[in-house]
Amino acid sequence: MTLMATSLEAEVMAALSTVLDPELDEPITGLGFVRSVRIDDAGVTVHLRLPTSFCSPNFAYLMASDTQDALRFVERVGRISVLLDDHHDSDKINAGLAANAGYVGTFGAEAEESLDALRLTFQRKAHTAAMERCVAALLKNTALAVEEIHELRLADLPGGTQKEALLRRRADIGLSIGRDQPVVVDDAGNPIPTDEVPLQLRFAKSVRISMEGNAHFCRGLLKTRYADGEPDEMSTHVTNTRNAS
Amino acid sequence: MYEKDGEKYYIVDGHVAIWDGRESNHRNVHGKQFIDCFYDYHKNLSPEEAVWDYDTYTYYGAERLMKDVFADGYVDHAIFQPAILGDFYKTGFGQTEEAFGLTQQHPDKLTYNHAYDPRNGDAGLVQLRRDAERMNLKGVKLYTAEWHGDSRGYKLDDPWSRRYLEECIKLGITNIHVHKGPTIRPLDRDAFDVADIDKVATDYLDLNFVVEHVGLPRLEDFCWIATQESNVYGGLAVALPFIHTRPRYFAQIIGELLYWIGEDKILFGSDYAIWTPKWLIERFVDFQIPEDMTEYAPITTDQKRKILGLNAAALYDLPVPSEFRLPTAAGDDRAEVAAGAKEAVAS
Repeated sequence: MTLMATSLEAEVMAALSTVLDPELDEPITGLGFVRSVRIDDAGVTVHLRLPTSFCSPNFAYLMASDTQDALRFVERVGRISVLLDDHHDSDKINAGLAANAGYVGTFGAEAEESLDALRLTFQRKAHTAAMERCVAALLKNTALAVEEIHELRLADLPGGTQKEALLRRRADIGLSIGRDQPVVVDDAGNPIPTDEVPLQLRFAKSVRISMEGNAHFCRGLLKTRYADGEPDEMSTHVTNTRNAS
Repeated sequence: MYEKDGEKYYIVDGHVAIWDGRESNHRNVHGKQFIDCFYDYHKNLSPEEAVWDYDTYTYYGAERLMKDVFADGYVDHAIFQPAILGDFYKTGFGQTEEAFGLTQQHPDKLTYNHAYDPRNGDAGLVQLRRDAERMNLKGVKLYTAEWHGDSRGYKLDDPWSRRYLEECIKLGITNIHVHKGPTIRPLDRDAFDVADIDKVATDYLDLNFVVEHVGLPRLEDFCWIATQESNVYGGLAVALPFIHTRPRYFAQIIGELLYWIGEDKILFGSDYAIWTPKWLIERFVDFQIPEDMTEYAPITTDQKRKILGLNAAALYDLPVPSEFRLPTAAGDDRAEVAAGAKEAVAS
């Protein structure tokens, strides 16, 4: 394998790792949803898989079309084929992706407008969960009192992956990431009134638990479906036959 | 009846089925995909000793159910919650006559809830009236993601669905079990969203809405609506098996449920034959919130009694022998309200 080919491979994998399962707020690469990547002289073929045949078709489509979009940013990648395996709507989704038909073109009468609102709903949940993680960590590790939570600013949060995750989720839903911005806010970025903070945080916690629990379930089902007793089957199979010249 | 450490529990399994997922009954590839998906649920979350072979799982029949649920499974009374899936299976997935026939043989042990599809329009309403009379229905099981010709799902607040719910009130069918699935129309929206349950629960206070799988994968949305509505309950099927594979996660689920909706609104269900009741009941009775999870109060024996049977017995008017009863009636709307519910309603 040549240096150039290796780097293309790395770029493809990096692109795939930017694609999130919108429901679980985790990269599809870490969830085991990328079954295989094949790079050849003509282009790249990516096979995706999901924990069940009956995973929601709208989320399945979002992940598959996001995969296609992410690969378009990889230079010199060539022709892009993304295929969803073993799903009840595999034929429909794969045909739609191959034809660049878009969401409405893929699902026809079952689609009304777009999946933007669906995506936003889950980006908001992801923000809520990220916010709760940051505040819960402060409550646990510092002397922060519940009555003080509403005064927290982004600058008060210690650096690290939890804060980075929160900033990224804020940016996703169009909230400012300025240092002086309040941490505990609603979906529109409005600060939550002091007396409502405990209840809203309590609810945020249930959002986080729900998302984390669904991720456990999806990981477990995927493993049962594809890697019964064969842990190797959980990793992405990568082949690269592209000629370096 | 289950007894442990001198405590006795009256058990109602709120979610059992007799299905036929054999190849001979598949109408198309989706029949195979659906039973395979069920089998993976079973295999992934069951303890090793409770895993069945695939062929047994596709069809097990009445005798096996009686053994697993009643002889081995400690259950006093079980309620059928069928999924029909006529677009996937030739004679349906849930075996209506076999299950209903079994309730006729064992009326003290079994209740048959039937399923309807509001997209059957007027003809379906006529059928519902007939079924209600023949089957003496107290409850129905609705699967909103059921495929039906060109449609792959509906919402409970759709106009036809409302007509069916209004008919249920007239027919004395008071318990509406709702199972959310991955498809609805249009696909623009989240199929698992429980907002439609919120709307009909507000509008039809004569009905009890039991949200199966406690709204999973939307536990948080379910908890939120259940705090607002006195007639919304949660069925524990699918959530409970985590007690084996991920007990700490189960602790969080049950902790959240007790906080938001309270001990009077949670109903045990094995989802038999996805899981068998025996191990679920044994583990649940033994279960306790881990000590380091100080945010949740320990679960009491009385709470377990309500969840395992007394709440469902109240919804279905089942005669509970006095030795199993609690001083205050379970399933009573006037009972102490969950902390989360109180706060949420006050805010």
